[in-house]
Amino acid sequence: MKIIIVGCGKVGTSLAERLSGEDHDLVMVDLNAKKVNDASNRFDAMGITGNGASFNIQQEAGVDDADLFIAVTGEDELNLLCCLMAKKSGRCQTIARVRNPLYSKEIRFIQEQLGISMIINPELTAAREILKLLKFPSAIKIDTFAKGRVELLRFRAKPEIGFGKKSVMELIAKLKTDVLICAVERDGTVVIPNGSFIIEDNDVLSIVGSLENTAQFFEKIGIRSKRVRNSLIVGGGTIAHYLAQSLLKIGFRVRIIEQKPERCDYLSEVVPGADIINGDGSNRELLLEEGLASADSFVALTNMDEENIFLTLYAKKNSNAKLITKVNRISFDDVIESFDIGSVIYPKYLTADYILQYVRARQNSIGSSVETLYKLLDGRAEALEFAIREPSAVTGVPLMDLNLKDNLLICCINRKGIILTPRGQNKIQVGDTVIIVTTNEGLRDIRDILKD
Amino acid sequence: MNYSMIFYIISWILNVEAALMVPSCIVALLYGEREGMAFVASIALCLLLGLPRSRKAPPNKVFYTREGFVTVALSWICMSIMGALPFVFSGAVPKLIDALFETVSGFTTTGASILPAVEGLPHCILFWRSFTHWIGGMGVLVFLLCLLPLTGGGYHMNLMKAESPGPSVSKLVPKVRSTAKILYGIYIVLSVAELIFLLAGRMPIFDAICTTFGTAGTGGFGIKNDSIGGYSIYLQAVTTIFMILFGVNFNVFFFLSIRKPKAAFECEEARWYLGIIAASTLTITFFIRGLYPSLFLAFHHAAFQVGSIITTTGFATADFNLWPQVPRTILVLLMFIGACAGSTGGGIKVSRILLMIRSVSRELHQFIHPHSVNKVTLEGRTVEQGTLHSVHVFFITYALIFSASVLIIGFDGFDLTTNFTAVAATLNNIGPGLELVGPTQNFALFSPLSKLVLIFNMLAGRLEIFPLLLLFVKGTWKKF
Repeated sequence: MKIIIVGCGKVGTSLAERLSGEDHDLVMVDLNAKKVNDASNRFDAMGITGNGASFNIQQEAGVDDADLFIAVTGEDELNLLCCLMAKKSGRCQTIARVRNPLYSKEIRFIQEQLGISMIINPELTAAREILKLLKFPSAIKIDTFAKGRVELLRFRAKPEIGFGKKSVMELIAKLKTDVLICAVERDGTVVIPNGSFIIEDNDVLSIVGSLENTAQFFEKIGIRSKRVRNSLIVGGGTIAHYLAQSLLKIGFRVRIIEQKPERCDYLSEVVPGADIINGDGSNRELLLEEGLASADSFVALTNMDEENIFLTLYAKKNSNAKLITKVNRISFDDVIESFDIGSVIYPKYLTADYILQYVRARQNSIGSSVETLYKLLDGRAEALEFAIREPSAVTGVPLMDLNLKDNLLICCINRKGIILTPRGQNKIQVGDTVIIVTTNEGLRDIRDILKD
Repeated sequence: MNYSMIFYIISWILNVEAALMVPSCIVALLYGEREGMAFVASIALCLLLGLPRSRKAPPNKVFYTREGFVTVALSWICMSIMGALPFVFSGAVPKLIDALFETVSGFTTTGASILPAVEGLPHCILFWRSFTHWIGGMGVLVFLLCLLPLTGGGYHMNLMKAESPGPSVSKLVPKVRSTAKILYGIYIVLSVAELIFLLAGRMPIFDAICTTFGTAGTGGFGIKNDSIGGYSIYLQAVTTIFMILFGVNFNVFFFLSIRKPKAAFECEEARWYLGIIAASTLTITFFIRGLYPSLFLAFHHAAFQVGSIITTTGFATADFNLWPQVPRTILVLLMFIGACAGSTGGGIKVSRILLMIRSVSRELHQFIHPHSVNKVTLEGRTVEQGTLHSVHVFFITYALIFSASVLIIGFDGFDLTTNFTAVAATLNNIGPGLELVGPTQNFALFSPLSKLVLIFNMLAGRLEIFPLLLLFVKGTWKKF
């Protein structure tokens, strides 16, 4: 596909990095010539310096034969204008990033009236992601498939649950639940385990299963899913705004610590149900005074990555709260991971993820049968949902007889809404959706799971 | 430095070179020449060195600008050494340094020869000599890029940057590999077109193929002692036109091929290039009108020589060494200007000259209005300070290398014009100079040291100096 990306910021480059890996033709547009040069050299894309909303620049970028136009500059209005122009001068699908909460209420209207295919709001997306985690606090990260019927959860096998030195097969037999361990992270590497794989203490496991089964799984291994009833949020930015609104709706107690008085005024107007505390979130006394020690969850959402990390490290020491940290810069994700501070949210990464899912889905109509795609474990593995539309080499054959690629696992078969955890004698049938977890990138078709 | 990746690419270069020697073997077979064995031996040697390391790509494909430049420089050196083998094995050029000079001259599309007479050489050797021009014209790494994905995604640009001529590389389409394919496509189409026109003028097929190679790469090796001089006026005219075409920025042909003639005609560099050609031709015609029976012939020879020198081809139809001083001076100046960026020609390049002149005029403007803000523009866009800076540094380095080379070959004791034009002709990849290295002479008279200097100049000229110089910088080879 030919894709034009306007805006070479963090989201733009992170998108370009992943799209160029999937063999798309990319054109990057930005006002800053240096950024354009860097991006076009790094990702084998064509670079154009100029305003992406200008007709001439769009022509130069080849909007006429582009398939997709993505506007991810820092300004909402510019993004919308870019998409509007592209829509009028080309026949491409358009995606715009719009983050102003004012517009977010009217987003459906804007999207319909301007004919934009997808509008993405990074802060709202991040808030939704945090909400999911707070609803299910034992997991570090949650993804859903098959329209929410299947969950992929990531959690650390702490020594107290006693997984150490047991093989995957033993564990499953012992626990008698229908979930599948689909990936194991150890010392920064990702392994797709087979039955004889031995798990060590402190590995990070990813499991797939239906909603009931995963809940059952956590109960059986003794992690009682302690319900989170309240939340202490540091930093009253836009994410906090969205998050507080949705948390209040499901009956949480929410307390937001924010430094700027004007922002506090605003927040107390828009989220009247929450306690708004005006103060410095990095003040230890203040945190303890506002009940850090007895908080169920602690969310660090200030604008400084470093401060967020310090805050959660401090909260980890002083409470049993579920910890969530927002980090803007993507570059050092592997280092942050090693701190063991629970869930880390990268809003820019999430935005890129959502757009990438859309791109994959678009490609659907041109040959590939990927329904959804999740980058797992910071892009080191992928979970793909395939729709099986026609008979092929993989259908009607018992799974144990399939010659699958290495580092690839069939995690789940969704047969007319019933979730099967596949065993050796199961067969894939036409009409199923199948979820595959793999560390091999670039699968396009269900037949790609077989060895050549 | 990612040495395993560099070795991997160079091994592939050797494999490709082995494949490129096959046509010469076929020529030897057709003419029943024993010298074909020299090519078979060279192919075997290339494969022996190339195959073992090219089987498997190294796991670490990280490839930065430094690696790109070093790879390109080393590839060209290795390629030249291996390419010289057939000359030595066949006995056509017995001395190794001479054979190397001839091959480098071929690959860098210079066309300077150390052979006093070429007509006695076997066909396969003549074919190889001309074919090296065609290979070197567009660049062998660019060719390799079309064939196989050498490194991961964005790293290709680092190879392309080092091998493509001009102050900055512009992509025609988003992907570097697709750009490389389009460039080679244009190159092949233009070459075939010339071949057809030459054959239509009843040129023998072998001559037509070799002349096409010489023109397409803007090289200039002829297969006759008097270069192109012996052919009919029509054939010379065809060669003139195609020489000039191959000196045009290939972006222009790309725009024409995607039916955007407006963008093609707006190419500022190409317009200046054609303007310079027209002005020089008319001036020279005026000064040499007395030497030829008709004004048309004077114009014809003037146009041919101007086209041949500014595109840095170096074919000759007339001994311009015998022309009056004004035309001689103009030709020497044209040597420095060179062709357009993004063409197969050498020299400083029209776009760089334009940028330098505009920088000077901006500087002068600053004296008059010290607080004024001016930008240098090219093709209707503001040129970044970084690009301007690199153009200036390029010119300084160029001048330094030029002076040092003139000094070193000065020790051979020839006159200044000879030394000066010999360096100009090699550093700009032209071929013939004036006086003792004029179009009817050759470079055999220089000492081995001077030849080595000239070989360096030719490579430096083709790769635009920096890749080659980087080899001599200590930091290039250090781990940290």
